[in-house]
Amino acid sequence: MSKLIYLDNAATTKVYPQVLEAMMPYFSEEYGNPSSIYSFAGKSKKAVEDARETIANFLGAKANEIYFTGGGSESDNWALKATADARKAKGNHIITSAIEHHAILHTCEFLEKHGYEVTYVGVDENGVIKLDELKAAIRPTTILISVMFANNEIGTIQPIKEIGEIAKEHDILFHTDAVQAYGHVPINVDDLHIDMLSASGHKINGPKGIGIMYLRNSVKLGSFIHGGAQERSRRAGTHNVPGIVGFGKATEIAAETMEKRAEYESRLRDRLIAGLTAIPNSKLNGHPTDRLPNNVNVGFEFIEGESMLILLDQKGICASSGSACTSGSLDPSHVLLAIGLPHEKAHGSLRLTLSEETTEEDVDFVIEQVKANVDRLRSMSPLYEDFLKKQK
Amino acid sequence: MYSEKVMDHFSNPRNVGEIENASGVGTVGNAKCGDIMRMYLDIDENQVIRDCKFKTFGCGAAVATSSMATEMVIGKTIQEALEVTNVAVMEALDGLPPVKVHCSLLAEEAIHAALWDYAEKNGIKIEGLKKPKADIHDEDPVED
Repeated sequence: MSKLIYLDNAATTKVYPQVLEAMMPYFSEEYGNPSSIYSFAGKSKKAVEDARETIANFLGAKANEIYFTGGGSESDNWALKATADARKAKGNHIITSAIEHHAILHTCEFLEKHGYEVTYVGVDENGVIKLDELKAAIRPTTILISVMFANNEIGTIQPIKEIGEIAKEHDILFHTDAVQAYGHVPINVDDLHIDMLSASGHKINGPKGIGIMYLRNSVKLGSFIHGGAQERSRRAGTHNVPGIVGFGKATEIAAETMEKRAEYESRLRDRLIAGLTAIPNSKLNGHPTDRLPNNVNVGFEFIEGESMLILLDQKGICASSGSACTSGSLDPSHVLLAIGLPHEKAHGSLRLTLSEETTEEDVDFVIEQVKANVDRLRSMSPLYEDFLKKQK
Repeated sequence: MYSEKVMDHFSNPRNVGEIENASGVGTVGNAKCGDIMRMYLDIDENQVIRDCKFKTFGCGAAVATSSMATEMVIGKTIQEALEVTNVAVMEALDGLPPVKVHCSLLAEEAIHAALWDYAEKNGIKIEGLKKPKADIHDEDPVED
């Protein structure tokens, strides 16, 4: 097989060698429990606190506002469920968007079963949340607004500052799932009026199984994982020291490289978008400019995404799709349906997420391969046959 | 996730295309759930399927089952072709992942729809053939 072209960095990323190197001592040498009193554990404790400091600085937060969790999904669950519990005297209404990750959507569905009411605010054709709809949804009983920073499928970056201002104005807590945005675009929790934020290590070349929740000091929330007194009694469980160190190191690197990396990736992104949308009957999904620097999502009419993924895989290209066959259900991606795509077009979407290791040659090879495979799949598509007959 | 046979029939699909002036054409599935299959049959005067071609919009399993189904009905009489069930197609492909079983149903239905079209065009009745469903996803797939 030809060389691997990994264009699924929104799914997960490789652990950088420097990150792995930073983590290694904390497995078998400095294995002490940071909660222990003896001096041997001191190095583990310091490593955890250093990582916390790095991450806090990166977000413009204080170190004691960063809590380590098991990942983005846990942070999302914590933010929603603990807010629901802490604010139930005030109300039972939550506002979110129709294009959230399932870690938010399924948590909302869970809360709905327990008496909470959720408004799922719609998005426009570019995937930007409708702010007037969001404002109109606010009730006296609204306790939380949770809107993702950037979408995982179509890459659209949300007007987080505006949403933060609206929340602040109405004295409503504001949470953002920043799993896809963290390390890719600048985030300052004070400037953007963010009260809670979820992020994950493995999306920025850190290890899997480690995440953070930023929780503003003025916000008093209970635990989600109950047990020991770790994380100022807010998140129990022995610290995942190597994971925390890795997340800290990955954040340090991301902070240093972000500006140049975004510049490089968005140049390749736009080259890829131009090449793919030159294919007839194709369309870019997501916002043309307010999008993650590494996200490309293009829909091709008359073909189905999973078939495309298998054909690309045979050429060593790792990609993803919003088709039903890849979602494990009969319905295509809720995000693509929310931006107004009809089902048959949503099935034909292709997501490619670049990294700083992606080259111009990779991009050109992928464009060539996608073109060839779109042609191939269209030649066997009854929808394309009907389309051509109608053209005549 | 897919067997070698599924991958083979997906990568090198047999009998893709159209048959001009086909004896019968059947299209089943819907774009909503992401699978549409069209079968063309060429049937001779002795009611033997001389040729069968397909076009499919769908996932790897949908393409592979279409391909396999065409191979299984070519050279068969109409009555024999009716015995090419979704279970038979799946077995010939060394199985499908559970979420893909509905794709094999689509192949069976597409052949039935093409045979129904043939029967209607020729004003004949085919024993044991029911009018094809408009949307095969109305019913739960049969698992073997």
